Amino acid sequence: MSGVLRAVVEPGFFSSGPVQVALAVSAAVALLTSTLGVFTVIRGQSFAGHSLADIGATGGSGAFLIGAGPLWGFMVISIAAAGAMQAVGVERQRGRDVATGVVLGASLGLAALFLYWDSTLHNSSGETYTILFGSMLAISPATVPAVLGLGAVALGVVAIIYRPLLLSSVNAELAAARGVPVRLVGAAYLLALAAAVALSCLAIGAILSTALLIGPAAAALQLTKRPWRAIVGASVIALAASWLGVLLSYDSYYWPPRGHSWPVSFFIVTLVFACYLAARLVGSRGRRR
Amino acid sequence: MGLDAAPGRAGELLAVSGVSVTLGGREILTDVSFTIAPGEFVGLIGSNGAGKTTLLRVILGLQSPNAGSVLVAGKPRSRRNPMIGYVPQKFELDADMPLRARDLVALGIDAHRYGVPRPSRARRERVSAMLRAVDAESFADARIGELSGGEQQRVLIAHALIQQPQLLLLDEPLANLDLRSEQEVVALLHRLAREQQIAVLISAHDVNPLLPVMDRVVYLAGGRAAVGTTDEVVRADVLSKLYGHHVDVLRIHGRVIVVAGPGGERGADLTLAHGDEDASLELEG
Repeated sequence: MSGVLRAVVEPGFFSSGPVQVALAVSAAVALLTSTLGVFTVIRGQSFAGHSLADIGATGGSGAFLIGAGPLWGFMVISIAAAGAMQAVGVERQRGRDVATGVVLGASLGLAALFLYWDSTLHNSSGETYTILFGSMLAISPATVPAVLGLGAVALGVVAIIYRPLLLSSVNAELAAARGVPVRLVGAAYLLALAAAVALSCLAIGAILSTALLIGPAAAALQLTKRPWRAIVGASVIALAASWLGVLLSYDSYYWPPRGHSWPVSFFIVTLVFACYLAARLVGSRGRRR
Repeated sequence: MGLDAAPGRAGELLAVSGVSVTLGGREILTDVSFTIAPGEFVGLIGSNGAGKTTLLRVILGLQSPNAGSVLVAGKPRSRRNPMIGYVPQKFELDADMPLRARDLVALGIDAHRYGVPRPSRARRERVSAMLRAVDAESFADARIGELSGGEQQRVLIAHALIQQPQLLLLDEPLANLDLRSEQEVVALLHRLAREQQIAVLISAHDVNPLLPVMDRVVYLAGGRAAVGTTDEVVRADVLSKLYGHHVDVLRIHGRVIVVAGPGGERGADLTLAHGDEDASLELEG
């Protein structure tokens, strides 16, 4: 048993500082993003979630330019973008998607400029790679308390608005008739989504962060017909993929090309995708009609 | 006709008086008044765009009227009035949505509450009893997005009724239903209204499915309302006055067909709205 364990988990895995940080951060990110992801898919707002994530690149690159921590860059830009989406209006799906697309384009243009400056002024392309694709094993331990705190607050918000959010995600008019303040609940949800996306950007990069938002939720929705179970299922999938991703990345140091670890993000995203495919296969058999 | 108004009269569950609504410069409702007594079954009839949804939203407190008042059991209406249950217009439900019929009915109990729900035996049994009452037990554990239109309507009715309202508002619940589901939903509503003394205000563009069960009708056209029993309202003279031009009311085999008379410029609209396919099919056969 311990022989097998040693073969899978390379020596020094659990005692490694970067690994400990990566496990803590990825756990917080997995739980938060997959929970928000379930609501995002139910509400049909995956495009909004995807855009918030991509816009994170602007914040991350901007923060690096002025020497601030990337988490704050991701956070500030996500909240600003979520506020803009809320202002455009949640009722008009078409108008919202068009406005989101326009803002996304402009924001990515800015990100191109910031990333160019980042790499030329600081003479390194590593930071660009980190912002776009993440590098979980290089996260500063100093960010961990902020990550855990932010994750806990955002999860708390979702727990508080759980029922009103669920009904207004099914149908806004139905919820409004029951006295649910639909716009307020929608704003609280977008704020929590912004936090989730910012954490996800930090962990696996701005480009890949949607994978953790939508993937586990989409997989879980294939397997269960209860909202609560979908959230738990998505969390388990996200957590398993994240931790296994960290482990495989650590192990891959001894894989070819020898002496270079494969990116954690690659493993996480690939594992999530595999879970989604498997869930689709299983789910398509269990349908009522 | 006029059984309307005198707001606040004893024994009235709902009193709508002098309600006018203007949206985007267009007058949707003009001086609409009617009352509903406890347990009464009232049809809200009108073509698309006649203002049926707007009127229901005013009663629910989701739309403020420019003039007039709405009293529910003698008190001004408020948002989240547990005395009113609501079944909105048909909306798309994704087949992947992780929500069983049972879960949607349970949300009818406490969707307005904050915090994570605590499951309890009493809560589960209350939901099961409600599902039984609307004959929805057989599909209670299916995802709502996978149910047929008629099944979804039953679940939405259960969602609205579980808080035991005294007035149930339904917005076009018969739209897009096949003839059999339509009859089943009407029979269900009629039974619930009688057994539980729930007043029903149900909107429809066709008066015929509701003819056997309606106590009274609120007929909307051009933002104005005619109120009374079917015999009092669905008549050529009354509807001609309401529409502002001549219409004929034909009664054949217990069914009513409203058609535009000669020369009416808006006649084409009218025929489309009321020359419903079911009626003509049945007449041919």
